[in-house]
Parts: sequence; structure tokens; C-alpha cells
Amino acid sequence: MDIARFTSKRFYITGIITLIIFVGLVTLPFFGSLYNVILVTTLLLYANLTVSWVLFSGLTGYMSLATAAFFGIGIYASALFLPTTGAVLPVLVVVLIGGLASSIIALGVGALTLRLRGIYFAIFTFGLVVLIMELLNWWELSVSHLLGRYVILVDNNVIFYTMLGIFVLVMLTTFFIQRSKFGLAMRSIGENEEAASHIGINVTMVKVITFAISAFFMGATGAIWATKLTYINPHVAFSVLFSFLPVLMAIFGGMGQIYGPVIGAAIFAYLQETLQTEFSEIYMLLFGVVLVVAILYMPSGLVGLIEKTWSRISGGERRVRT
Amino acid sequence: MPESIVTILDITIGGLLLGGIYALIAMGLSLQYGVARVLNIAHGEFIMLGAFVTFTLYTVVGINPLICLAIVGPIIFIIGFLLQRTLFTHLRITSPNPGAYEASSLLATFGLLFILQNIALIVWGADYRAYSYLNFGVDLGGAIFSANKLVILGFAIGIGLAFYTFLARSRMGKGIRASAQDPTTASLMGVNINHVLAICFGFGAAMAGLAGVLYSMRIPLNPAMGLQYTVIAIIVIVLGGLGSIPGAFIGGFILGIIGEIVTYIDPSLSLAAYYFIFMLLLLVRPKGIFGK
Repeated sequence: MDIARFTSKRFYITGIITLIIFVGLVTLPFFGSLYNVILVTTLLLYANLTVSWVLFSGLTGYMSLATAAFFGIGIYASALFLPTTGAVLPVLVVVLIGGLASSIIALGVGALTLRLRGIYFAIFTFGLVVLIMELLNWWELSVSHLLGRYVILVDNNVIFYTMLGIFVLVMLTTFFIQRSKFGLAMRSIGENEEAASHIGINVTMVKVITFAISAFFMGATGAIWATKLTYINPHVAFSVLFSFLPVLMAIFGGMGQIYGPVIGAAIFAYLQETLQTEFSEIYMLLFGVVLVVAILYMPSGLVGLIEKTWSRISGGERRVRT
Repeated sequence: MPESIVTILDITIGGLLLGGIYALIAMGLSLQYGVARVLNIAHGEFIMLGAFVTFTLYTVVGINPLICLAIVGPIIFIIGFLLQRTLFTHLRITSPNPGAYEASSLLATFGLLFILQNIALIVWGADYRAYSYLNFGVDLGGAIFSANKLVILGFAIGIGLAFYTFLARSRMGKGIRASAQDPTTASLMGVNINHVLAICFGFGAAMAGLAGVLYSMRIPLNPAMGLQYTVIAIIVIVLGGLGSIPGAFIGGFILGIIGEIVTYIDPSLSLAAYYFIFMLLLLVRPKGIFGK
């Protein structure tokens, strides 16, 4: 590592901005209204899912649509261990269980499927979500005769801080993985998998482990989100929307920088919330148009757009990092 | 006849009746994905549009649903053609590589799904709609099937075969097959690639629209009905081999029969069974049954 990076102006500016945002988030429940706390919790939910999606798919280039599956497994972990009939375990333990359960399933699924390339992997992971949903639905309808479950109410601030904690963890994990040898291995898989395996990278191992790490955060996020939903059933927990939204948010924000997906998720989720309440009649229409336009005119996302504009203003001094 | 043979016959015919629709839907998607490289998540929305337009034309204007085939088909073809000509051509040209194009076009169709569904919601509302047409029983080897299901199957097979002949025999069909194999070489050989891809996407959408016209005779309609047929179409084209038109056609009937068998055992398991078979197939033979 070169010292110049730590003494550069950019390093300090980024550091200070990050610190301000972090302090703002931590103290939010003290000055913000309840509405704001809930809104930011929702934004953090999407940010968590998006960043953990990018953690695996952004670098390796494997488009996973299994996000909803891992998210849903987390939600069901809450349903099992935090039923309204009396909480069995503390909330944080359940969040951990949700994450670990998702990780274990990701290890199994990853070992089985990560040899599928390109679109096949995307289709398979999409199928996984619906398969789990249909099987659970069948189980609840035909075996347990109990459709849907209730989860205990948890204080909004507890949900907020747990969500924030997961967010900080997933950001730090992404930050360090991207800068490690492991991250470099993932990048080389994304660029050319065959070449990566020829230079001695254990391709399958790297992919499966990252898949499991990213699933951990999705599961943990799901487990805490369940306490916000309170009523869940297979269709709520395994909605395919949660597979597509993180992909869209990541592309919307731009995956070139670590903060791209976060900005994408925050703006996108905010837009979705506002459109849904202000224009409930034509909300999907507006949402779809924004989506298509974003894909058409911002191929490298908001961050790419900002960097391009910035480099034009500052006379091309800053080079866009890839 | 013994009871068991009647049951088997029942299931098989029921499966074929269902499979005809699946075959049409899957052929359309196969064309869009196999040639134009767009995995169209909004495919089912064209089925929904076709079905709703037929519903309106039949109940308000009084036009026979079978005549609607000739009205809806061309309209949806033009919509699909224009979509490929503007949206997807732009994406194809600006994408750095084919992989990026597949990803961004998939996401664009997801946006399209939202737009089309919302338009349908505004025009027709969220309630279930249905009409009755040719709804009387026909005795087929001891089992009773409603006439509209038989008519649907007949038209589905007819449309499927006509389309296959078009691909196999006509000059445009040759251009389409050439573009599917190698777009760059095809365009060097004088195939207008943008035009051919637009025609493919148009035909793909039109097949979905026609399937919607036919299917509206036997099921209740709802603006949110599309996605499940998109998913079924994806399963069928993986079953038959991505990009293979005959594979999609035969795969549709196979999935229809599988669906009927599972429904016979436990109706609530049929979708789960589809996925199970589909995922097993992806693992064991991702090229599909008829894939090369």
C-alpha cells in the first residue's frame, strides 16, 4: 500500500463524509421523527440486499437472482424462533441464525450450481426462489394446515439499529474483500474464469465462499425485517421482487465504486416509497419508465454519470476508475 | 375399458390440451431469446394483453374470439417490432459485450412488465374477468372435454406448424436462422440484422398475443396473470433446449402432460413440480432435451 493514498485529499474527504453520514445515522432516532426512522430502515434494508448482491455478483459476474431466497429464509428463521406465542430466543441470536441458515443453504446450492454459466445460473437461482416458495406454500396448505405466521413486535429503534449494524458489517466486509487477494481472485474470475483457474485460483471455492458470505447478510437482513412485517406467508417472504430490485438498484447506482450501490438503493427505494404513496394508481408505470430510462441512458449508473460530469467540469483531470 | 386406462387417457389428453398453449408461448420466447438474445420477462404480459383485448372485442363489440386472432396478432407484432427496433437495438449497440446486453435487456423487460401491467390495470381494473365461448362438452373416448379446449389445441398446433414452416422454408426464415447462429457473419452475408431481430421479437410477442387470445376462452383474466406464464415459458425453453424452436414446441406438450400428472396426484404441488424438474434438468442436462 502506498502512503500517498492515505495523505491524499480525496482520502480525507471520503473519510469525513463517511463519518458524518455514520454519525447522522447513529443519532437519527434522537432527532428524527418515527416516520424518518422507519423510512431509513427501509432504505437500509434495500442497501443491505444490494450491497450483498454486489459483493458476489458484481465482481464475479455471475448474475444471482437468489436474493429473495436467502432473504426469505431469514424471514422464516424469525417466524420459527420469534413467534407471537412468546419469543423463544433473543432477536440478535435469531438474526444470526437467519444469516447462518442462508449461508449453509448457499454453500450447498453454490457447490451444486456454480458450474452453470451465464444466463443458466440466473435462471436456476430464479427457479430456486419460486421452488422454495411453492414447497413452503404446499407444506402450509396441505401438511401443517396453517397458512402464514405471526412474528412478535419489536421496537422500531431496535430494528433500525440492527439493520444499521448489518449495513456497517456488509460495507466493511465488501471494502476489505475488494482490497484483499481474495477480491482480486474474484475479479479475475469475473474477467476470465478459465485464465483465473490456470493461474492457480481455486475458482469453485472462491465463488462458493463469496456466495455464502453474501447470503449471510441477506438472511440476517430478512430475519430482522420479519419483525417489521409481523405477518408473513410464503408469498410475502419469497417475493421475486426482492431478487430483481437489488440488481436494478445496483445498476441504477453503478457498480464501479463501493458507494454506487448504496446511493442506487437509497434513491431507488426512496423513489419507490414516494411514488407508491403519491401516485398509487400509476406507480408501477412510472417505476417501469424510470427503470427503462435508467438502463438506456445510464449504463454505468448514477456514479458513472457523476464521474463523467465531474471529469468534464474539472477538465478531465480525474480518471474514471473501473 | 378398465378404470386405469381411462385415467391415463384422461391425463394424456388433458396434458395435450394444456400443452398446446404452453408450446405457443414457449415458441415465442424461444424466438426472442434464441435469436434476439432478449430473455423477455415481460413475455407473459403480451399473453395478458392479447387475452384482455379479446375479452373486450368479444363482450363489447361482439367479435368472435377466433377472428380476434387475425386482429390481435398483427397489432402485437407491430408493438414487438417497434420495441426491438428502438429499445433493444439501442441497448445492443451500446452494450460492450453480448453478456452485458443479455443482462441489461433482461432488466429492461422487467421495466416493461411494470409498464404493461399498470396500463392493463388502468384500462381493465384489478378484478377477474371471464367470458364463455364454445363452452360445451365433447365426448372423447369416454372422457368429456369442453369444445373450446379442443379448438385451442387445434389452433395452437396450426399456428405452431405454420410458423415452423415459415422458419424452415422462407427466405426470411433462413435469415432468422442465420442470425441465430452467428449475427456478425449473417450481417456480412447481407442480412439486415436489426430488421431481422425486430421481426423475431415481433413474432415472439405475436405468438404470446395469439396464445393469450386462445387462452382467454378457458381461463379468467387478471392484469397480474402474465408472470406465471413467462416462468412456464422459461421452463419449457430450458426443457426443449434454449433457442430450439421445435424443442420449445415439443417441450410445451411434455410440460403440459407433466402438469396434468402432478395435478392428478396433488393439485397444489404442480408449480413446485415444474420447478423441481426444471432445476434438475438444469443440473443434469442444461442443454435441454433437444439441445445440440
